[in-house]
Parts: sequence; structure tokens; C-alpha cells
Amino acid sequence: MTIDSVRGAPDTTEAAEPELVQLLTPEGERVEHPDYPLDLSAEEVRDLYRDLVIVRRIDLESVALTRQGELGIWASLLGQEAAQIGSGRALTEHDMVFPTYREHGVAWCRNVEPLNLLGLFRGVNHGGWDPAEHGFHLYTIVIGSQTLHATGYAMGVQRDGVLGTPSAGATIAYFGDGATSQGDVNESFVFASVFNAPIVFFCQNNQWAISEPLERQTRIPLYKRAQGFGFPGLRVDGNDVFACLAVTRKALENARTGQGPTLIEAFTYRMGAHTTTDDPTRYRLKAEEEAWKLKDPIERVKSYLVRNDLADSGFFDKVEDEAKQLSRELREACLALPDPDPMTMFDHVYAERHPLMTEEQEQFAAYLASFEEESK
Amino acid sequence: MVTPVSQPKIFKLPDVGEGLTEAEIVKWHVQPGDTVEINQTIVEIETAKAIVELPCPFEGVVTELLATEGETVDVGKPIISVDADGGGSVATPVSEPPAQAAAIKQDAVPRVEEPGMVSPEAPPKRQPVLVGYGVKEGATKRRPRKSANGAPPHAQQAQAPAPAPAPVAPPAPRPQPGGTGLPLAKPPVRKMAKDLGVDLATITGTGPQGSITREDVLAAQAGTQAGTQVEPQAPRVPAQAGPREERRPVKGVRKATAAAMSGSAFTAPHVTEFLQVDVTRTMETVKRLRELPEFADVKVSPLLLVARALLTAVARHPEVNATWADGPSGAEIVVKRYVNLGIAAATDRGLIVPKVKEAQDLDLPGLARALGELTEKARAGKATPADLSDGTITITNVGVFGVDTGTPILTPGEAAILAFGQIRDMPWVHEGELAIRKVTTLSLSFDHRIVDGELGSRVLRDVGDMLEDPIRMLAWS
Repeated sequence: MTIDSVRGAPDTTEAAEPELVQLLTPEGERVEHPDYPLDLSAEEVRDLYRDLVIVRRIDLESVALTRQGELGIWASLLGQEAAQIGSGRALTEHDMVFPTYREHGVAWCRNVEPLNLLGLFRGVNHGGWDPAEHGFHLYTIVIGSQTLHATGYAMGVQRDGVLGTPSAGATIAYFGDGATSQGDVNESFVFASVFNAPIVFFCQNNQWAISEPLERQTRIPLYKRAQGFGFPGLRVDGNDVFACLAVTRKALENARTGQGPTLIEAFTYRMGAHTTTDDPTRYRLKAEEEAWKLKDPIERVKSYLVRNDLADSGFFDKVEDEAKQLSRELREACLALPDPDPMTMFDHVYAERHPLMTEEQEQFAAYLASFEEESK
Repeated sequence: MVTPVSQPKIFKLPDVGEGLTEAEIVKWHVQPGDTVEINQTIVEIETAKAIVELPCPFEGVVTELLATEGETVDVGKPIISVDADGGGSVATPVSEPPAQAAAIKQDAVPRVEEPGMVSPEAPPKRQPVLVGYGVKEGATKRRPRKSANGAPPHAQQAQAPAPAPAPVAPPAPRPQPGGTGLPLAKPPVRKMAKDLGVDLATITGTGPQGSITREDVLAAQAGTQAGTQVEPQAPRVPAQAGPREERRPVKGVRKATAAAMSGSAFTAPHVTEFLQVDVTRTMETVKRLRELPEFADVKVSPLLLVARALLTAVARHPEVNATWADGPSGAEIVVKRYVNLGIAAATDRGLIVPKVKEAQDLDLPGLARALGELTEKARAGKATPADLSDGTITITNVGVFGVDTGTPILTPGEAAILAFGQIRDMPWVHEGELAIRKVTTLSLSFDHRIVDGELGSRVLRDVGDMLEDPIRMLAWS
């Protein structure tokens, strides 16, 4: 008898479709949800559309630069724009983001220069932005470890005693479906729950952990995990920028006012490869991609704008031109990125000076100087 | 600094997958003369990890493709040149700033140069590790020694990789006597010369490093390149409009094949026998085998079962797997207790017969794998001399050309060769009634010095019986 026959089929297939918060259908029709009212002006919707188009364009340019040997690797966000822009635009000044290496859209919302992201993947900086200034931590490459950093940070905010005041900031940790199998993520769920930490766990379930499908991560919908840890979880249409905005706003507000953590499972799909170094055609079917193409996060906003006469072709052309121009500038700036001065490697190892490092720094400077002597 | 007129930009094959060293050019999407834009897909390449499309980093007009489809190219080798002046000028400034910016920032610090955009005449540059093309062998810049001889650090430039000259020969395992004397020419030029029937060896190149250019080939074809033919003893037919005859130099595989075939035909007295066989059950077996997990990743073809049947027949009649040897004490027949099974394969370069070594020891999946790998290697031009030598018996699959049979000529040093014709639906008397069955024709040529008609017939009959009823392979092996 196999284990499967003992346990029965996974809950994911047994239950009816789990409830999915959706405010904008793939066809661009606005629908209401009792728990998540959302009132956006025409301009706000147009701004969201612009964000979506621009981050997609930046992402495509970065993939191309990688293919041309200008970046070492790139993790494409293609297909996940709405999850990132929706949640990213829900953030306010005092909030703090702990991203993975794919959160280019959230970085855009936090005013992190895209060029800085490229510098990281070109190997000329380690991120290069000030996390405190942007409320956006450096990219974390290790899977899931940022959820622990985020939980610790959130508990710090809690101890500052600012929750419930206007200067309260929520913490949001981004991770993927694969990361939910990591110990780190589960440990941070425990801490966040028992300390009622002001944190939002934002899981972009893009269905694939590199080549591992979702059914190798879980037997229940991921958002239901939260219940076992003792805090609320919900599933949102991750390709619906309105819904992502609304649910994240509410979860962040709950955190800021001391009501504890929330798990948001943004149900979406990674349209491209995991990174530029793998080939999705080797482990998944084209039909699956085609099905998700119909749920494109940008097309539905465009249909909504057109359907409700909120934008004309002039607007769409303008956004397209702007995105093109931005990506062209980004390309040129990327190619012009200087290689770093080797001495700068010592600059950000510790917050303060350290005697051992001062010694190493001097040794290295002397080593570099020996080249100059020789070449004279 | 004066910008040189119309300096083409070279795109070198990048490492698109963290530490890859080479990739195969699968398909070009552009041709010389095409206008390209930045990020337009220009080529598909296959690496060890994936097939990827490469977007063009420049805009302009394609001047040359520096690698041909099917060629495996090392990372860092130029694959395409684009003339930026031919297109818009937007991208032109892009190529310059990186080096300048790096120079300003780094002053005297050992520098790691920018990858990617070097002009062909640029001095050799070292490549960074994380981005671009990986570290070149021999290009590691060492700290200068404070030694007495005081070799200037510039000397290291000598060991840095030179900008690759013309890409080298096609990847054929063509025996090159002496290893030199292969004229330098880029692949498209070679292709053009081949198409025009011009022998590159007869041309003196006028390009860089004496390489042969398109113009040289055209001039040679028109017969106007006076005094440049280094082999006047090989007169070529001046190409008037529509020559009535074309002379092609016999060399490479064609030459080797010709020598082997005439040698064999005039040394070994050949006898050929034919047998028509109903292979319907073999086809069913092939279909069934394909469904088995053991064969999930190998190609199962009728040829596989023909090979298996021949091996079984050889086991029953070892004398057919033999060679004629003229030893010091007179002629001998050497019967081999091992089978190196030759499979004749048609390739772009001609007929090649790679051998499955020690085939008698292989189980069926192993045999399938060996057949697949070897013929693939031969087609890709990667068969090694070892793969092509020391055969003991051969199968030639003439069926792939859509013919029923032939009278194959023995591979020199072997006593038998089996030809396997096309399989087609034929009216056939099956179990006493006329039926439409899958039928093929087998023919076996053998060296009559070694193999008598009786033995040859038994071998052929055995193979036929096994293909008619594959269960016999079990019974006899």
C-alpha cells in the first residue's frame, strides 16, 4: 500500500476551489468583494497601469542584457507584475520591505533605481541602495531567510512602541511558494504569531519552485497554513492589481494598528524561466503557460481602462514610449556602469570600523600599490 | 580620437548560463545585409542547459555571420558583426563610455575591462568573471613579481587571448595530413566556395592574416585572379556561363571512401544474396519496446532489431565475423570472437561508418543507446578516428533513402555486410491468405574467400527469421 492511498488525495483537489479575492476579472470587469472595498480614481488606475508596463519593460530589457553577456543572471518577474505593483503601492512611508531577488516591481514602488538592481546582477555592487532610505531591504538570495529578518525587524518596531500611532510602520516579507517548505519561513510564522508581530507575509505563489511544481510543496492551499500557526491567511488573485492593492492595504493596516500578522497568498504564475539560467520547457507544458497568458495582469487593466473610457490610445502610446525610453536609458547606463574600486569592498562590511578589518584594508592597499611600483 | 569609418561591432558568444563554456549555433534569424535593432532576436543557441534566443546588442546592418548553424562555438568567440553606420546612430555612443568610465574611476588599480563591445582591432582584454564570457584560460593576470629580470608587465598581454582570427575549419573529423595547409576562410566564405565549386586550396587570400575573402572566391570562380593559383597542375575549368561539366576535387571522406571501396571490390570476391521478409511483427515489437521504461530515453528503430538479429546470427555462425589475413606463413582466416558492428551513416561530408564496439556484450537498451549516440556523433561530424576503425561486420541502412535493396560492397577487412531496405506495405501471403503486410528486403554481401554460399545463406536466413518473428531472437540468444 502506498502512502498516498493511506492518506487519500491532497486537500487541494478534494475541496472546491479555494476562495480567491478578486476585484478585476481577466476580462477587465470590476467586481466587488464585501471585505475589500476599493475606490480608485481614474488617475490612480492609469498610474497602476503605467507601473505595470514600465516594470515589465525594465524586466525584458534586463533579460536581454543577460542574454548579451552584460548581466550574470536575472530573475524575471514576467507574469507577477500585478502582485508586486499592487502590494508595492499599498506601502506607505514607514513600512519596511524584505524582498527576494525577484521583487523588481516592489523596488520600483519604493523608488529604488532600476540601475541599482542591474548593478547587483552585473556584479559591480552588492545592491547599492540604502535600505533605510527606501524602506526596502537589500535583495536576499538565500531562499526564505528574509522572512526571519523581517519578523525580527517587525518585533523591533513593536518594541519601539509606535504601533497605533501615525509613525507606525508595518513590515512586509516577500517570498515564493518554494520558500514555504523552508524551515526559516515556518520559524518566522511561529515567532510572528506568538509575538503578534506587525508583519505581512506576502507569498507570490507562482506555481513553480524552479522545476518543482506546487504539489511538491503542499497538500493544502498555502494560505491555509497560516491557520495552523494561529493567524489569518487569504488567497488573492495575484494577477489582479486592484485586489492585491486592497488586501495588502488592509493587512498592512492591521499590522500597524497592532492586530498582528497576515499571510497573503498571491496566486499568480511565473511566465518565464526561474532565472535566465534555466529552461522551463524541460519541466512544464506549454499549455499551462498559454492558459495563464489569458490571465495577463496588464491586459485586464487595459481592458478596464478602455471599457470605462478612462484612457485613450494616446495614453497607452505615451506609456509605451516612456517605458521604451526608460529601458533604453537603463541599457546605456548599465553598459556604462564602472567597475568598483577594489578598496570599496571594505566599506559596508560592518556599520563601524573594526581593527581586524582596518589591518586587512591596509594590507590590501599595499598589495595594490605594488602594481604601481612595478609598472613605473 | 577619430572614429574609424564604419567599424563593425562584434558580438561575442556570451555565457548565458553561469559557467557554460560553449554553445551550439542552432539557427540564425538574420543574414548578412539584414537591418537589426537592439534586442531583436538574431540567433538561437543551445547550451548544455537550454536552447536560448540571443537578442542583438547593437543596431545596424549585419555584415557577417562568423559561425555557422550546427557549429559549436566557445564562449567569447565572435559570432556576428554588425555595422552600426548602416542603421540609426542611436546605439553608437553606447559602445564607448564603459571603458572610459572605468578608466576614470580606477586610475592605477588593476583593471578588469568591460566585456562585450570590442572592435576587432581592439587590444586583447581580460574578461571579468561574473559577467560576460568567464575567465579565459591563460588570461589570468598575475601580480608582477619583484624579480631581478624585471620582465615588464606588458609582457603578459602576449598570453592574453588575441581577438580570434577567422573561425577555424568545419568540425569534420577530416584527416589533415600534416595538420597544416588548411586555408583560412570564414565559414560563410567556405560555404560560398563549396557552392561555387571553388577549391579554397587554390586561392591565395587577400584578407587579414592571409584569409580568403568573398571577393577572392568570386575572383577565382571568374578565373580572373591571375597568378594566385598555387596549384597550377590542377587545371580548373574556367567558368563560362553555364559550364557543361563541373570538376570537383576528390578529397576527405569521398577520397577515403573511394579508396576503400575500390580496394575492397577488387580484393575480395563479392557474392550478394537477397531475401524478402515480412517484418510486421518486428514493427509491432518496435512499438512495444518504445513503451517500456528501459527505452524511455533512447531511440528504438527497426534498425535496432536488425542489428540485434545480426548479432544473434553472428553468435550462431561466428565464421561470418572474420577477416582475411595474408600472414608471413601464408593466408589465414581470422575469426573474431568480438563484434564491432559498423553502421553506415549518410552525413553531409559523405558516407561514414561508425562502429559500435564490443556490441556482442550490449543489452538491447545499451545497443540502442550506442547506436543513437554514434550515428548522432557521426552526423554532427564529431566521430573520432577510433569510432570509425576496427569494425568486424557492417549494416547499411539503404532503406532510409527509399530504396528496396542494393549490393553493398564490403568494408575492407570484413567478411560480410548486411543491407536493410525500406519497409513498405506489400501484398503478402500470410497464413494462407493474401494480406497487406510490412515487407522489407535484406541483402547480404560476403567475401567468398571466407564465407561459402551455404554459410552466407544461413546467416541471411537467420536474420530474416528473427525479423519475421522476433521471439526467435530470444530463442537463439
